[in-house]
Amino acid sequence: MENRPLEYDYTVAKMFMFTTIVLGIVGMSIGVFIAFELAFPGLNTIFGKTIAEYTAFGRLRPLHTDSVAFGFTLSGIWATWYYVGQRVLKVSMAESKFLMFIGKLHFWLYIIGVAAVVVSLFMGITTSKEYAEFEWPIDIAIVVVWVLWGVSVFGLIGIRREKSLYISIWYYIATFLGVGMLYLFNNMEVPTILATSPIGETDIGAWYHSVSMYAGTNDALVQWWYGHNAVAFVFTVPIVAMIYYFLPKESGQAIYSYKLSLLSFWGLMFVYLWAGGHHLLYSTVPDWVQTMGSIFSVILILPSWGSAINMLLTMKGEWQQVAASPLIKFMILASTFYMFSTLEGPIQAIKSVNAIAHFTNWIVGHVHDGTLGWVGFMIIAALYHMAPRVFKRELYSKGLMAAQFWIQTLGIVLYFTSMWIAGITQGMMWRAHDEFGNLAYSFMDTVNVLHPYYALRGVGGILYLTGFLMFAYNIYKTMSARPVEESELQNASPMGA
Amino acid sequence: MFHWLEKHPFFFAVGVFVVIAYAGLIEIVPNFAQASRPVIGTKPYTTLQLAGRDVYIKNSCNSCHSQLIRPFKAETDRYGHYSLSGEYAYDRPFLWGSERTGPDLHRVGNYRTTQWHENHMMDPAKIVEGSIMPAYPWLFKNKVDLDTAYAEQLTDWEFFGVPYNKPVPTKDGGTITVKMGKSVAESHALALAEAKKVVANMHNQDVKDAVARGEIPEIVALIAYLNSLK
Repeated sequence: MENRPLEYDYTVAKMFMFTTIVLGIVGMSIGVFIAFELAFPGLNTIFGKTIAEYTAFGRLRPLHTDSVAFGFTLSGIWATWYYVGQRVLKVSMAESKFLMFIGKLHFWLYIIGVAAVVVSLFMGITTSKEYAEFEWPIDIAIVVVWVLWGVSVFGLIGIRREKSLYISIWYYIATFLGVGMLYLFNNMEVPTILATSPIGETDIGAWYHSVSMYAGTNDALVQWWYGHNAVAFVFTVPIVAMIYYFLPKESGQAIYSYKLSLLSFWGLMFVYLWAGGHHLLYSTVPDWVQTMGSIFSVILILPSWGSAINMLLTMKGEWQQVAASPLIKFMILASTFYMFSTLEGPIQAIKSVNAIAHFTNWIVGHVHDGTLGWVGFMIIAALYHMAPRVFKRELYSKGLMAAQFWIQTLGIVLYFTSMWIAGITQGMMWRAHDEFGNLAYSFMDTVNVLHPYYALRGVGGILYLTGFLMFAYNIYKTMSARPVEESELQNASPMGA
Repeated sequence: MFHWLEKHPFFFAVGVFVVIAYAGLIEIVPNFAQASRPVIGTKPYTTLQLAGRDVYIKNSCNSCHSQLIRPFKAETDRYGHYSLSGEYAYDRPFLWGSERTGPDLHRVGNYRTTQWHENHMMDPAKIVEGSIMPAYPWLFKNKVDLDTAYAEQLTDWEFFGVPYNKPVPTKDGGTITVKMGKSVAESHALALAEAKKVVANMHNQDVKDAVARGEIPEIVALIAYLNSLK
């Protein structure tokens, strides 16, 4: 009795695994649809002219970005937290009724929040700020959900048996603090129901409407300090938390270097926040902020590559596993895309490059090689690793997983190559002058030229979505199979053919 | 030190917070001390223009159109004078955008007319061959939410000191006073008077009839806003 291993409780992790998959499918489907809207504008009215208002690109674009960022990715982060947290802190959720209650409340309030977001964005209720489109009532709900997660994190840490915090925990703590700080400051707004007219009328207009606390240039500065670092603390920091746990676990290899992980963690924390200014190059924000943004973006290569190299070197001497296991393939390609994306970003942040890249599809390409390649692949790998342990079953099909890997990889490659060509073409055409110093191309010339790239990008999206559906099917079949695993699994996940 | 921090979560969290908050303190806070002052010629939005701006936001026009002209010859040739910080002094939120799927709109009021917008919004591809912009026929039917726009205007005036009913300088050396209604009823009357001037240049009979009845379709407010971008 005394020596029995800990039984971890994965109830909440399972709930978030479910939303990771469902919201992933929703968000990626919308993405594919709006990608094709740009290639074939006739699609704007494909669901009928009467509801065209709700299917136009502008209405759907925030739904796409928010459902993949705050639906798929956040769910993935939380699914892994409720799995990894217990295991590295050596404590079970079942030991605390309070934390179990908080975990479930966290999940259900999140679901309510998601529903509210979907309805409000479809209706066009938005503050217009990218990745912070929600009006103040939803902002308050989001803060509550976030605080609940914080209670969960620090609550579990509070009752831990393992006194030393594992690297993944550092990153989860940083995610909690970083997003909390950014979200609060960027969403400072005054609800318009507080206004009183000169003759004393109150309660005028829509109750949920608000006005930003910041105006113009300052508003832009705060928004991109947020927007850039939402990428940092949603798409980078927690994903690094995942790979620090799942890659060593799945491969049975120890992390290559503790010192390198220290350097990358504290380096990333310090440097990332400065780089937001690179979204505002040649804008009206002060020049020194722009320069700082550029410089720190380049410095950012160091901590980013530190983590990625640490991961790749963890596989030292065990590279045959990459060939043998599709699950390891996902993680190795994820860290490779992480390196790739964190090199591409700084290049785009150099002022002279940014002059061409800004406002073009190259930026869209950059975001997607990071999110599809790094974030998407890492979350998929994490869920694949968790499934046999959570459901106590062998993964349904290794062949399907390998096929998914190659289909999605091809999708990503099509996506970013088409957007690179599109972006650089656009950027060069906008600035081209003829021999008399007149603009060489009309704006429409630069739109017409993009058609094949828009179409190709859509195809890339379809491939990625197809792979994701294969993933969903594989997990579903794993769940519904006969239980086979009795004891705690070490290392490599068992997979059916 | 790091080993110690890793065993003390509270101090670890404090450490992380200090390290991440530092950049914001240095980069952002000083700029608030010198919040951009409006340049000469920049004036607050009227109720109708604010309502149109809300229509612009509701349809996420900023997903595809920027409002930021960068200081390059190619941009000033195409869109006009590069953007100045003070020109955004009354923009809450800012609408710079991050993509130019369509052209920049920061000075669209200088080179497009009411009639052009009217035709273009109804069927962009008919006016600009090859355009991939969706048609926006619902703007001609939906009624604009003037009450909310008025509440927004009041908030600007009450909480942020936007100079309504006060003279602001214009480029020709004179001054202009942008009026804000003292009551909901007065704000409606002012917006309707402005809407009538806009529809005088429109040809859609349904829209003209609606304004004659005292109702303002979204398209009228949107055009009033776009025309104000100069």
